[in-house]
Amino acid sequence: MYRILKKEVLSDVVKLMEIEAPHVARRARAGQFVIVRIDEFGERIPLTIADYDRDRGAITLIFQELGKSTIQLGRLRTGDSIASFAGPLGHPTEIENYGTVACVGGGVGIAPIYPIARALKQAGNRVISVIGARTKELIFWEEKMRAVSDALIICTDDGSHGRKALVTEPLKELLENREMKISRVWAIGPAIMMKFVTLATRPYTVPTTVSLNTIMIDGTGMCGGCRVLLEEGSKFVCVDGPEFDGHKVDWDNLLSRLTFYRDEEKRALDLYNHKCNLDKATVAEDR
Amino acid sequence: MGELTMQERMKIKRHAMPNQDQEARRGNFSEVALGYTAEMARKEADRCLQCKDPQCIKGCPVGVMIPQFIKALREGDMVKAVEWMKVKNNLPAVCGRVCPQEVQCEGHCILGKKGEAVAIGRLERFVGDFELEHRTCPLVKAAGTGKKIAVVGSGPAGLTCSVDLARQGHHVSMFESLHGPGGVLIYGIPEFRLPKSVVHGEIGYAVDCLGIELKTDHVIGRSFTLGELLEDYDAVFLGTGAGLPSFMRIPGINLNGVMSANEFLTRVNLMKAYQFPDYDTPVRIGKKVAVIGAGNVAMDAVRCSVRLQRILAERNATAPGEAHIVYRRSSGEIPARMEEYHHAREEGVIFDLLTNPVEILGDEKRAVKGLRCIRMELGEPDKSGRRQPVPVEGSEFVMDVDTVIMALGTNPNPIVFVDAEGLDRTRQGTAVADAATGRTMKKRVWAGGDVVTGAATVISAMGAGKRAAADINAFLKGENTWD
Repeated sequence: MYRILKKEVLSDVVKLMEIEAPHVARRARAGQFVIVRIDEFGERIPLTIADYDRDRGAITLIFQELGKSTIQLGRLRTGDSIASFAGPLGHPTEIENYGTVACVGGGVGIAPIYPIARALKQAGNRVISVIGARTKELIFWEEKMRAVSDALIICTDDGSHGRKALVTEPLKELLENREMKISRVWAIGPAIMMKFVTLATRPYTVPTTVSLNTIMIDGTGMCGGCRVLLEEGSKFVCVDGPEFDGHKVDWDNLLSRLTFYRDEEKRALDLYNHKCNLDKATVAEDR
Repeated sequence: MGELTMQERMKIKRHAMPNQDQEARRGNFSEVALGYTAEMARKEADRCLQCKDPQCIKGCPVGVMIPQFIKALREGDMVKAVEWMKVKNNLPAVCGRVCPQEVQCEGHCILGKKGEAVAIGRLERFVGDFELEHRTCPLVKAAGTGKKIAVVGSGPAGLTCSVDLARQGHHVSMFESLHGPGGVLIYGIPEFRLPKSVVHGEIGYAVDCLGIELKTDHVIGRSFTLGELLEDYDAVFLGTGAGLPSFMRIPGINLNGVMSANEFLTRVNLMKAYQFPDYDTPVRIGKKVAVIGAGNVAMDAVRCSVRLQRILAERNATAPGEAHIVYRRSSGEIPARMEEYHHAREEGVIFDLLTNPVEILGDEKRAVKGLRCIRMELGEPDKSGRRQPVPVEGSEFVMDVDTVIMALGTNPNPIVFVDAEGLDRTRQGTAVADAATGRTMKKRVWAGGDVVTGAATVISAMGAGKRAAADINAFLKGENTWD
C-alpha cells in the first residue's frame, strides 16, 4: 500500500497528491509516468509524474477528475493509501541545451510540463512557457511555472485569466518572431490540443515533442493497447514513449482509439455516482 | 482385496475427467475440469504398472517422482503422496492443470504404446488439490546462509527458483512488475482453466513458509536496474518471461477492435473484466470475433470470447454471436494442447483452418468491420518440420467480423535489459543462457523460462528455474565457481 502524504485541491476537478513510493522516486525523471491502481477492484491507470522528491521518496501526481477512477482517487485524503503504484515508466525527456525552447501545457498537462521546463531551464535553455485552460479555475502552478521560465504566457478559452486565446495563438506568434529563434517545442495536454500544436509548428519545421496518454493496462509493453501509429509504423506509448515527435503521429487514429471504451467509461461513472448518491441518502436517513 | 496382477491393472480403463456441462460452461468462468473424486483417483492409480525403469519421469521437465507418488496414492497414503510430489514439484495443483502431459509424462507412459496412458496429470492435480486443502507438507527453510538473491519475475520460472533457493536457507527477494505475483498464471491463463485461488494459494503458502520477500509494482529496468541489483544481491535470476505481443504486419492493425491476446487476456484474467462493472476494467467483445493463431493462448482467448459473448447476450437478451479461430495451417499442425482444442470445439468455437488474414477492414468510424483472408494449402515441410502453408492464388474473401484478437506468440520484454552490459541476447531478443545451469554471459546473472526459450510451457519454465536454483546454490556455497 502506498500512503498519500499530501493532497491539494487545485480546482474543483484538478487534484494534487503526493504519494510515498521510494521505489519510484529514486529513479524518476521528467517525462516519465506511473501506473496507479486504487484498490482491489480498481483499473490500472497511467498518470504522468508532475514532480518527485528523492529524499522523501515521494511522487507528486496531478490529475483531472474525468472518469470513475480519477473521481474516486480525488476523493481520497491525506493519510489514505492506494493499492498499487508502479514506475517510473517510459523514457524520460531528453534534456539538452537546445537554445530557446517553448513549453506548452494545456489543462492538467501543466503538471507534467513543469518538470520538463525546470530541467530544460537547468540545462541552460531559454524557456518560454505557454499554459492554458478552459477557464481561470483550471490554471494552477502559475508561480512554479514562472519560476522556471524566462517568460510565461497564460491563456484561457473564456478570457477569465491571461489572454483570451488557445495556446496555439501565442505559440504561433513566438514562432513567427524571428528574433525568438525557438528551436524546439514541448506540448502536453489533451490530445486535440497536441494535434493543433503540431499543426501550428509544422510550417516552421520546429521539432515538437508531445507526451501521449493512451489507454493502457500494464505500462510495461505487455498489452499493446497503447499502440500509436507513427509515420514509421506502430509504436507502444508505454515503452517507446510516452514522448514522440508530434509531427509523425497519426492524430486521427489516436483520437479514435481514445474513444474505444467511452460507453463503458460512462457506465462505470454513472454507476459510481449512483452509489455515491445512495450512500449520501443513507447517511441522511440515519441522521 | 489383495494386490492386483499386471493383467488386471491393464484391464482397467483410463478414467475420464469429469467436466462442467458443455452448454452451461459457455456462460461462466468457473473451472471446466472438475477433478477426480478420491475413488476415481485411487482406481486410476491402480492402472500404474510401477515400471522398474519408469519412462514417465524422463518425460517430465522437472523429473517428478511419478511412480512413487502414484503408489502412495493407491495405498491411500495421501500425506506420503504429497511428500513424493513435493520432492521435485512445488506447484502440483498448477502443473496438474496446465501441463501438456500428452507430450510429456503421459507421452512416455508404457501403457500409452498400446492403449491409454495413466492419467498422470489428473492424479497430480488430485494430489496438489489435497495439499492445497490440508497442507500436510510444509516447506521448510534451512538455516540462514546470509546470501541474498534477487529473482526477477514471479511467474513459473521465478517462483520455482525462489522456492528452491529459499529452502536452501538463502534470502530471496522476488520482484514483480504487476500488482500481484504469478506472472502468466495470473494474467494469461483463464480462471476456467486455472482458478486464481489455486495460484494465490500456492504462492501465498510458499512465500509464508519460506519468508520470501515479495516486491510487487517493481519494474526491473525502471525502478531498479540489473546493475543496481547486482550491487545489493549475491546473485540475480531473470525469469521475466515473454510478455511482448506480436502483431501481424498487415493493414488495419490499429483499428478499434483489434487487440493482442495479451491485452484481451490481461483485461479478462488479471483485471477481471468479465465482472465489469463490479471491477473497473472493461473489455469490449463483439458479435463476431476472430482469434488469429492456434496455440494455447489463442485457445484461451477464443474460449474467453465465447464466455463473454454469452454473458453479454444473456444480459441483453440477444444472440451470443460467433467466435472463430483463424489459422493458416491445418488441424494436424495446431500447436495447442489437444484438450484445449477439444474443449474449444465443444464450446462452439468455429475453426477456419488454412486461412490467413491479409488485411483488417475498418468502417468510417475506424472500427473493425471485416477481415480479408486468403485460403492456404500445405506445401513442402519448413524448418519446423511442419508442411508450410502456401497461399492459394485468387482465393481471397472477406470474413464479417467486428473484433480481431492476435495470438501470434510473444517475445521477451526488453525493459529488463537496461543497464545489463555483457548480458548477450539473440536476434529474437531472448537472453543467451546455458541450458543446463541457466548461466548468462554476465557474471552472477542466471536466466530461465520464456525469457531464454521464447514462449513455451509453464513446466519447462519451472524446470529452468529449478536447474538455475541448483547452480546458484552451488555457486553461493562455493561448490563451484563462475569461470
